[in-house]
Amino acid sequence: MSTDDDKANINTSTGISNNNKTVRKLLLVVVAMFGFGFALVPLYDVFCDITGLNGKTNDTAATYEAGGIDKLRTVKVQFITRNAKGIPWEFEPVINEISVHPGEMKLVSFYAKNNASHDIIGQAVPSVSPGLAANYFHKIECFCFTQQPLAAGKDVEMSLQFYVDLELPADINTLTLSYTLYDITEKSS
Amino acid sequence: MTTDVIEQDSHDEHHYDHKMTGIKRWLYTTNHKDIGTLYLWFAFIMFLTGGALAMVIRAELFQPGLQIVEPDFFNQLTTVHGLVMVFGAIMPAFTGFANWMLPMMLGAPDMALPRMNNWSFWILPFAFAILLGSFFMESGAPNFGWTFYAPLSTTYSNGSTAFFVFAVHIMGISSIMGAINIVVTIMNMRAPGMTYMKMPLFVWTFFITAYLLIAVMPVLAGVVTMLLTDTYFGTSFFDAAGGGDPVMFQHIFWFFGHPEVYIMILPAFGIVSTTIPAFSRKRLFGYSSMVYATSSIALLSFIVWAHHMFTTGMPLFGELFFMYCTMLIAVPTGVKVFNWVATMWRGSLTFETPMLFSIAFVILFTIGGFSGLMLAMTPVDFQYHDTYFVVAHFHYVLVTGSLFSLYAGAYFWLPKWTGHMYNDTLSKWHFWCSLISVNLLFFPMHFLGLAGMPRRIPDYALQFADFNKWVSIGGFAFGLSQLIFLAVVIKCIRGGEKAPAKPWDGAIGLEWTVASPAPYHTFSTPPSQQDIDNADQHEH
Repeated sequence: MSTDDDKANINTSTGISNNNKTVRKLLLVVVAMFGFGFALVPLYDVFCDITGLNGKTNDTAATYEAGGIDKLRTVKVQFITRNAKGIPWEFEPVINEISVHPGEMKLVSFYAKNNASHDIIGQAVPSVSPGLAANYFHKIECFCFTQQPLAAGKDVEMSLQFYVDLELPADINTLTLSYTLYDITEKSS
Repeated sequence: MTTDVIEQDSHDEHHYDHKMTGIKRWLYTTNHKDIGTLYLWFAFIMFLTGGALAMVIRAELFQPGLQIVEPDFFNQLTTVHGLVMVFGAIMPAFTGFANWMLPMMLGAPDMALPRMNNWSFWILPFAFAILLGSFFMESGAPNFGWTFYAPLSTTYSNGSTAFFVFAVHIMGISSIMGAINIVVTIMNMRAPGMTYMKMPLFVWTFFITAYLLIAVMPVLAGVVTMLLTDTYFGTSFFDAAGGGDPVMFQHIFWFFGHPEVYIMILPAFGIVSTTIPAFSRKRLFGYSSMVYATSSIALLSFIVWAHHMFTTGMPLFGELFFMYCTMLIAVPTGVKVFNWVATMWRGSLTFETPMLFSIAFVILFTIGGFSGLMLAMTPVDFQYHDTYFVVAHFHYVLVTGSLFSLYAGAYFWLPKWTGHMYNDTLSKWHFWCSLISVNLLFFPMHFLGLAGMPRRIPDYALQFADFNKWVSIGGFAFGLSQLIFLAVVIKCIRGGEKAPAKPWDGAIGLEWTVASPAPYHTFSTPPSQQDIDNADQHEH
């Protein structure tokens, strides 16, 4: 059946050029997938923004859109704080829990004190639980939008102004807002 | 079925015309058989290395309390054990099989890209020298688990992250080059007349695996690069303080990681789909469905990654999506298991060592598959997560799955590789010792996990002591049993009963139409159409 000219093609010039073509295509896939790995980073953020996955809240100030206040409904908002490893600050909410009506603006504050003997720049990173409620929790003003430099031994009260969206799904009655405080002195210098 | 009597070539040396001698032969070789041999030996050495690490782990876990090693060193052991076994033993072993067998099964004279083939092997030892060398450095070896979750591997790294990342980069480049070579060989080097659907299933599984490698190894390279810049260059991909997200690490890692587990099992399917028909003296049942099942498993592997992350706080619809997709994989996998059983059904079975390993594969891999299904169920996964149940699960699929298939394949083709039959008695000892000890080693881990013993911890609560003792005894016995295999291989290379071109009467495939040992160069002229048709695995 086989003749000399349809020999396995390794030794022929058409065989080699075929190989080169295939290799080029495959290398393109490799480069594209390497890029895709990095593209997952912004894609992940977009995906979380759209779906509210992961409890990510807005990281810049939202504007209050007056749509009335739903007096018939009351939602509990709880505040918790946590220090990441290695930041010697006292950091806690002034009140642990507050009841709000959807659409109602509230102002609460958090207390922070730098117990270290050196200046530290802190950064609080918020997260809302349940994650799907994150898109309905709007921060109008938050200390987490900016870095918080605190000199050694100094303390500060930091404010958070927020409202809960009227559209908050009916099955969510309690929101927990958690702040994790990081030491970013080195990173920001 | 072919009954051709192949004339034994009594002048083997004539085939070795252009071969260099000594170390240069191995350093400069572009011959697919030489490179296959290199890969196989390298994988076996890495297997023994990773095994030695596991022996220390099991010695530490023999009794509750801290006996032999410090917790930090224990973490290094589990991490490097995992990395060495995955990237150093299982994957290179399969690449070795691909190099040895693909050209012979396709009727091709060599791999398509022989120089790249040499390169892709010879960078591997450097990768593992870096990885294993870090044991002897001040920082110690990587201690953050083979899954290297951030921030364990970034903020809390012991300083080994850079070595780890560069080692993984090199392994990745090696895998990608190997995979490109496999794809190009299969697409362009098939003998005239060998259509895609006439290729042995072995070739199909490597074809699909190579595509998976090309798709996900670059993602792994990307994610380790992000780790590197997070750790040393101040980026914040995974650092929440800088606006990143540590959970995103897990998403990107498992986007690579889940296809990776199929990279380690699909070629195993190919090997047992070759051996089971041979010793059942039947054609493979449902060849086409095997091809489609393998492809479906490969495609599904891209949309199930988050089943490793059920406990990270996903919304319910996410958990349901990943749960159902994961369970869907059981369907094509079930098709395969039923096809193997149907191949054996009413066959004229004999139980040579490759067949014993293949049957053990089918049964024990299925156990691993079932525990995988249990883990796929979101509600119960919360109990199983990060316990010894998970350890039991993936060792059933990787050891009694991938490794047993490698043994099946090695015994099956050893006569072709060496020209000698292996020592049957010793090989049976190897099988039965491995079979008993491996189950003693991994089966009780299911119960330990269900009872709540966490993985990756050097100490445990007293009530786990009895089971752990048995597991450790099983571990030592399994480790020692693998030395029998080493003895069998060395004996087989040195001598033994001369192997005919086709030592297994039920075997089909072009590799059996050439002499044993396979001449240095095979298929310089393509095989005849009749040989190709005879090698077709379809039922007639």
